[in-house]
Amino acid sequence: MLQITLILLVYLPVVLITGRYLYAVAMQEKMVMDKVYQPIEHRIYRLANISQEAMTGKQYIIALLITNACMIAIGYFTLRIQQWLFLNPNQINNMEATLSFNTIISFMTNTNLQHYSGESGLTYLSQMLVIIFMMFTSAATGYAVCMAFCKRLIAKTDTIGNFYVDFVRVIIRVLLPLAFLVGLLLVWQGTPQTVQQNVTLTTIEGTSQDIALGPVASLESIKHLGTNGGGFFGANSSTPFENPTVISNMIEMLAMMLLPGACVVVFGLLVAKRFQHQRAWLGKQGTTIFAAMSVLFLAGLLIVYFAEQQGNPMIDELGIAQQGSMEGKETRFGIEQSALFTTVTTAFTTGTVNNMHDSLTPVGGLVPLFNMMLNVVFGGIGVGLMNMMMYVLLAIFIACLMIGRTPQFLGKKIEQKEMKFMALSILIHPVLILGFSAFAVMTSAGIAGVTNPGAHGLSQILYEYASSAANNGSGFEGLADNSTFWNVTTGLVMFFGRYLTMILQLAIASLLANKAINAESVGTLQTDTPTFTIFLVAIVVLIGALTFLPALALGPITEQLLMFG
Amino acid sequence: MKKLLSPLLLAVIMLVICGLMYPLLMTGVAQVVFPYQANGSMIKEGDKPIASALIGQQYTAPYYLQGRVSAVHYNTYTNLADFAGVASGSFNYAPSNPALQERMTADIAKFLAQNPTVKRADIPAELMTASGSGLDPHITVASANIQVPRIVKASGLSTTEVQQIIEANTTNKEFGIFGQVTVNVVTANLAIKAAMAQNS
Repeated sequence: MLQITLILLVYLPVVLITGRYLYAVAMQEKMVMDKVYQPIEHRIYRLANISQEAMTGKQYIIALLITNACMIAIGYFTLRIQQWLFLNPNQINNMEATLSFNTIISFMTNTNLQHYSGESGLTYLSQMLVIIFMMFTSAATGYAVCMAFCKRLIAKTDTIGNFYVDFVRVIIRVLLPLAFLVGLLLVWQGTPQTVQQNVTLTTIEGTSQDIALGPVASLESIKHLGTNGGGFFGANSSTPFENPTVISNMIEMLAMMLLPGACVVVFGLLVAKRFQHQRAWLGKQGTTIFAAMSVLFLAGLLIVYFAEQQGNPMIDELGIAQQGSMEGKETRFGIEQSALFTTVTTAFTTGTVNNMHDSLTPVGGLVPLFNMMLNVVFGGIGVGLMNMMMYVLLAIFIACLMIGRTPQFLGKKIEQKEMKFMALSILIHPVLILGFSAFAVMTSAGIAGVTNPGAHGLSQILYEYASSAANNGSGFEGLADNSTFWNVTTGLVMFFGRYLTMILQLAIASLLANKAINAESVGTLQTDTPTFTIFLVAIVVLIGALTFLPALALGPITEQLLMFG
Repeated sequence: MKKLLSPLLLAVIMLVICGLMYPLLMTGVAQVVFPYQANGSMIKEGDKPIASALIGQQYTAPYYLQGRVSAVHYNTYTNLADFAGVASGSFNYAPSNPALQERMTADIAKFLAQNPTVKRADIPAELMTASGSGLDPHITVASANIQVPRIVKASGLSTTEVQQIIEANTTNKEFGIFGQVTVNVVTANLAIKAAMAQNS
């Protein structure tokens, strides 16, 4: 536990500093590096014919959707003709149509669900032009919409911020420099970075061995920083080349925790500065939300850790010496670094894995599944905070019903229309997961993917759709998911899970932005107290439990009872 | 029209910056600053690579340390026609899957036959379970030590020599806190090979 505690202690100051920087980027404060960044940005604006005027919420989301659509078109086209393009030293073929559809939606929506294996499915050029490119742009999209959302919550007008400017600034000033730094650190630890072809060597026993190489480090860094999660190789961050040492493991974990946490800090600072608390680090409102997320995170972490530490009773039956469940885990990480990685990757909805989640003990696998079902424990870059804000509004609404006050947040009244949109945006998630899981269970094409017997088979299906809807991208990888059924259905779930939610959430922010700010009175519900944190956690767990408990009972809980009963 | 042109142009510009300039610049810098790591940490005999220090290999000879179970056989093969192509991954057996017990039972029986002095209850489960990547080059110290009697008998090296080799290829926890104590099977076996060549 010591190593886990130390990593989390390092995280706190780092996320506060990054959050402060991100705030400066979002609010266009003057900074020392302007001399370097501004000429680059202005050249981009000029080349793309972008005017920097403020947009309404509607204009903002339309610009976002069209930009994403253009990228989807370019990416899809590239995958379909990759065989004939350059940088293909390992002679990879073109990608099939439904798999290309799934892959493009997956990477544009920041999900990174992978129904292909990088070693055999993508050329180096596709890894760069499609995967790395989309890892930057999907993360920047999530960040941009989150900033648009947060600014509107405290603004007095709906015409604020420009999508293109937010998008370009975060890539140039945050993602590119950080990705370069983290990438070099990973190379130092042993991650390859080359465009040479794979190596075939002769081992000391005279057999041949193929070693897959490529521009791995440049993908690996942005994969974590942008909470993307799609691996260069099939086995993702468990492969020694993607994650060579325990140092690289910790760098990758901190990288994926960095920006989702920093987005919460930015929100905290926005609120604090509106109330003239100029020297705040996180602000009272930010602290309430950060604390609620942390409580949920720590609870999940402890459960995974103890479940995995306990080991697998079916292995104990074999009469050998078991110290923790090591099937699907790497020796260099052991139980602790694997349990932490699993919790981080599903809480921050990155989806990278350093051990195989399909082989986690039932309860150890339930936690990542539940994290994705909640989708608010920090969550992916930008969007996680917006999801949590939906629960904040819901908590305020319920609390105010209980004490008989008019619900308002940051001085703005929450009324019927906002509540309708909010309820919809919370409901989309379970409808997608449970609806499609039910559909898969009813069809033979869906069942065909299941590879583990009994209750765990249902867990595989639930996990796949939860991962898609939460735009996480990890998997119970045993699922034979490269089929037309799975490619198309998960593609749709990822698409709706990302864009429908985003549109509704920004619409709520626009509605709130147009409202007058009411002065606080003695009767106003305080939303920046520890009491509110506890209430918020309770609401999240209650809604999550009520919605998903029946499905979880049939999957991991049944498996647990059968194995330990 | 401008509504469509700007997004398209922006997409193309970002494609060039993030998809081409960034990875290629990183390749250039990595190749200059860390050429060994950037090319896969290859261990060479003369100028021919014989292993990567980070990627495990499948060993069958009794005088070599054996690594963990691999679903992809560490991408090693004797006949190219039988090789499914370079891959990574695990069996993805659920903890409750009977196939997991079957595989492990078979592997335990095989291990006991190869190591007749070993008691069943002493076999570390870690050695009998599959790694996540199928390419894990490491085992725990316990998993290495349990193989010492077999290696001594088959290699003609002394127990102290084998133990010294294992120790020399053991990495401690980082700062004494982070990670696990691991033995690198690949580099240990290269050392065993060198020691055997010296003895004969």
